[in-house]
Amino acid sequence: MSIPAEPDTSPIFLGSNPALAPEHATSRAYAHVSPSRRLWLRFKRQRLGYWSLIVFLVIYGLSLAGEFISNEKPLVIYYQGQWFFPMLNNYQESVFGGNLPIYADYNDPFLREQFKKPGNFALYPPNPYYYDTLSYYSAGTHNPGPPSRENWLGTDISGYDIMARLLYGFRISVTFALGLTLVGTALGILIGAVQGYFGGKVDLIAQRLIEVWGSMPELYLLIIFASIFQQSFAMLFLLLALFGWVHLSDYVRAEFLRNRQLEYVKAGRALGLSHGQIIWRHILPNSLTPVITFLPFRMSAGIMALASLDFLGLGVGGQSPSLGRLLLQGKENLDAWWISVASFGVLVVTILLLTFMGEALRTAMDTRISGQRTD
Amino acid sequence: MAIIHPLLSLENVSIAFNDKLAVDKLNLDINAGERVALVGESGSGKTVTALSILRLLSQAKIDGQIRFQGEDLLQKSADELRKIRGADVAMIFQEPMTALNPLYSIGNQVIETLILHEGLTARQARKKTIHLFERTGIREPERRVDSFPHQLSGGQRQRAMIAMALACRPKLLIADEPTTALDTTIRARIVKLLLDLQQEEGMAVLLITHDLNLVRRFAQRVAVMEQGKLVESGDTETIYHSPKHPYTIKLLNSLPVRQIGPIAHNAPTLLQTKQLRVEYPKKQPGWRGLFRSGRFVALNGADVSLREGETVGVVGESGSGKSTLAQAILSLVSVKSGGLDFEGVPLAQRSKRERRALRARLQVVFQDPFGALSPRQTVEQIVGEGLALHFPELSKAQRHAKIVDVLTEVGLPTSALSSYPHEFSGGQRQRVAIARTLVLNPRVLILDEPTSALDVSIQNQVLRLLVRLQKKHGLSYLLITHDLAVVNALAHRLYVMHDGEIVESGDTEAVIANPQHPYTQRLVRASL
Repeated sequence: MSIPAEPDTSPIFLGSNPALAPEHATSRAYAHVSPSRRLWLRFKRQRLGYWSLIVFLVIYGLSLAGEFISNEKPLVIYYQGQWFFPMLNNYQESVFGGNLPIYADYNDPFLREQFKKPGNFALYPPNPYYYDTLSYYSAGTHNPGPPSRENWLGTDISGYDIMARLLYGFRISVTFALGLTLVGTALGILIGAVQGYFGGKVDLIAQRLIEVWGSMPELYLLIIFASIFQQSFAMLFLLLALFGWVHLSDYVRAEFLRNRQLEYVKAGRALGLSHGQIIWRHILPNSLTPVITFLPFRMSAGIMALASLDFLGLGVGGQSPSLGRLLLQGKENLDAWWISVASFGVLVVTILLLTFMGEALRTAMDTRISGQRTD
Repeated sequence: MAIIHPLLSLENVSIAFNDKLAVDKLNLDINAGERVALVGESGSGKTVTALSILRLLSQAKIDGQIRFQGEDLLQKSADELRKIRGADVAMIFQEPMTALNPLYSIGNQVIETLILHEGLTARQARKKTIHLFERTGIREPERRVDSFPHQLSGGQRQRAMIAMALACRPKLLIADEPTTALDTTIRARIVKLLLDLQQEEGMAVLLITHDLNLVRRFAQRVAVMEQGKLVESGDTETIYHSPKHPYTIKLLNSLPVRQIGPIAHNAPTLLQTKQLRVEYPKKQPGWRGLFRSGRFVALNGADVSLREGETVGVVGESGSGKSTLAQAILSLVSVKSGGLDFEGVPLAQRSKRERRALRARLQVVFQDPFGALSPRQTVEQIVGEGLALHFPELSKAQRHAKIVDVLTEVGLPTSALSSYPHEFSGGQRQRVAIARTLVLNPRVLILDEPTSALDVSIQNQVLRLLVRLQKKHGLSYLLITHDLAVVNALAHRLYVMHDGEIVESGDTEAVIANPQHPYTQRLVRASL
């Protein structure tokens, strides 16, 4: 027995990397930075993608607050010593000095005059139209009408303000796509994880079922369902979500197949962790690269899906604002150039922003490109 | 009489990547027909130096002069350089599987070089290739000429690489870790082949390696590199007998030393496997494979015992079934037949709940310190995970205290708690992996190649740590390795495995001194 005199606890940081000595550790910029935080920092360095994200969030935030930006009802009214909040309550015209017992139309010149009288006051949103506001009192041409001081982006063939339609259409599109992305991603991860982790027969059978499922013609199903049922957002969402995960589950499955071979998974099993704990705590966080990279692209795919279905007339009918139906109107009324230009512009900007984000994420995810090796 | 130039001379060579200096003012001469070894640990810049000679580095800034036969290679145009590459200076790489193009037969790749540099016709080139394969010891060269890289074993692939390098009778052969990816017994044969060929051809060889055994057997002159600097160079025997630079001394001292403690004579047997057998399904060739799969016996009736405080080595090549044995003991693979007693009770008699609790006392440390730690958990999470599972009664503060204790014990600072694995070097990661198992108060640790991914000096630190922990806690180790030196340093007893079977066992020193089985004899000859 010959233990060397030198104790092995003293050369703590004799590792090959002298930068890791304790006194240096705190001075290093990325010390103790979790991998997800590192990803965020790398993403931030992609200026175009980072600013795209900010602009996109601001626009979506504005559209969520659409009622305060584009609405036929004033935000607040002060009339004859009393405060009124038309967005919370419906007031009759008679309240403000009219003589009809109907709900007030705040774009009525008579009411506008009333609020302008000394002592009274009304604060209108910047764009005084809701997406289904018909301006009866406007002097200009309508159905459709070109951009004017009253309707900044003009009106569509039904006389609705295009600005308002776009704002609310954007809100619906993005929310719809966001929901679709979340549900599709969750399903894709779940199914891919089970396949990849358990492998073998489970994988074999599930993969065949997915092939059968994936070969169903999605568009035909939508057409068939559209002819049987009254088309609604819920129906559209359900149908699109049922098919949206197939692509992603393949990627997650491949990641799981690879990661379950790694030794930290074996070490987890040797510790006695259950399958669920291993999947959730060990493999999943290390398998999210394709999921995160695809998020913006899945979003834009969702937005385009809704717009295309509306464009083809397979979407949700009725009064609801829709980018796709505006595009269709633009196509059918080529002389009303402002319809197609405005709706096309919104779609292009949205998809561009998402694509920039996706590109930036992809670059940030790829450690080989960014060259940001911290070890 | 003309002054004889050295064949290759590096003068003040500095190599930098993005302002980061990888090699700092290196001076090295190699004479014609000389065998020189460039030794260093990972990150010392030895491979970068080798690649720079043929200007195979992209994005690197090289300063200084690299003279080959008196001409500066750094001033040559790309076309001129291409004539030198392969013809005058040839290279062999560490991993023959990735260095050979998988889509071409190995013969094709040699024939290509011959046609390009020697101007032979296809027929002549093929004949010469077969001759070369014969000389590099490839069996059945006429048939192997048309084989693809994946159809050959690792040793045969490396022979094909050597044949390719020798095709144009180079004056200088650069061998970058030529044997690292190979098994011990094959290593010895490749080294012998290189020696024979070097003497026949009279070429110079620059051997790049971290393997000190190999250097001593092969090189006439040694150059030692540390962090981009050449710290010492000289005659091999001189350096081995009287090294001057502290780093060289450290490197030479890091060959594992035997350092085992005695076992109490009444120590109970903790682990006993009984005729363990593991089979994997194997795809059969042809249409029959569609209907029934064959069997590959990975482990054939292994009987291994382990007493308290004892270290038992399991030695064998890749594919010998030694890792399968470890996984079977840990029930990570399903066992076909045979059983396992732990603490005197057959595993099969225990309930599922007991078996899970038992995992705390039977732990494992894996080979690859990069793969064994989840990259998205902090050290505290990694070490604390098993603690939360097996000792749920501990409060958060108690758990934290235990984690801090165990980190100190394996020689890591408390500041490591919130670090992520990527911030550590290989040796430190291995310490974290040991801490993760140690925190559960195990009785048996299975060490699956615990040091083979580490540099020699780090390897020795980890081995010393393992010995200290064994003495302190009375741990039993089942040490699985291909490295006889590690077993010799640590193990009381030894099992030698070959093709899924235990071919020899006994006291470590006795087996190494007097091996009985022909395979063990080969292994011992190759290693020492």
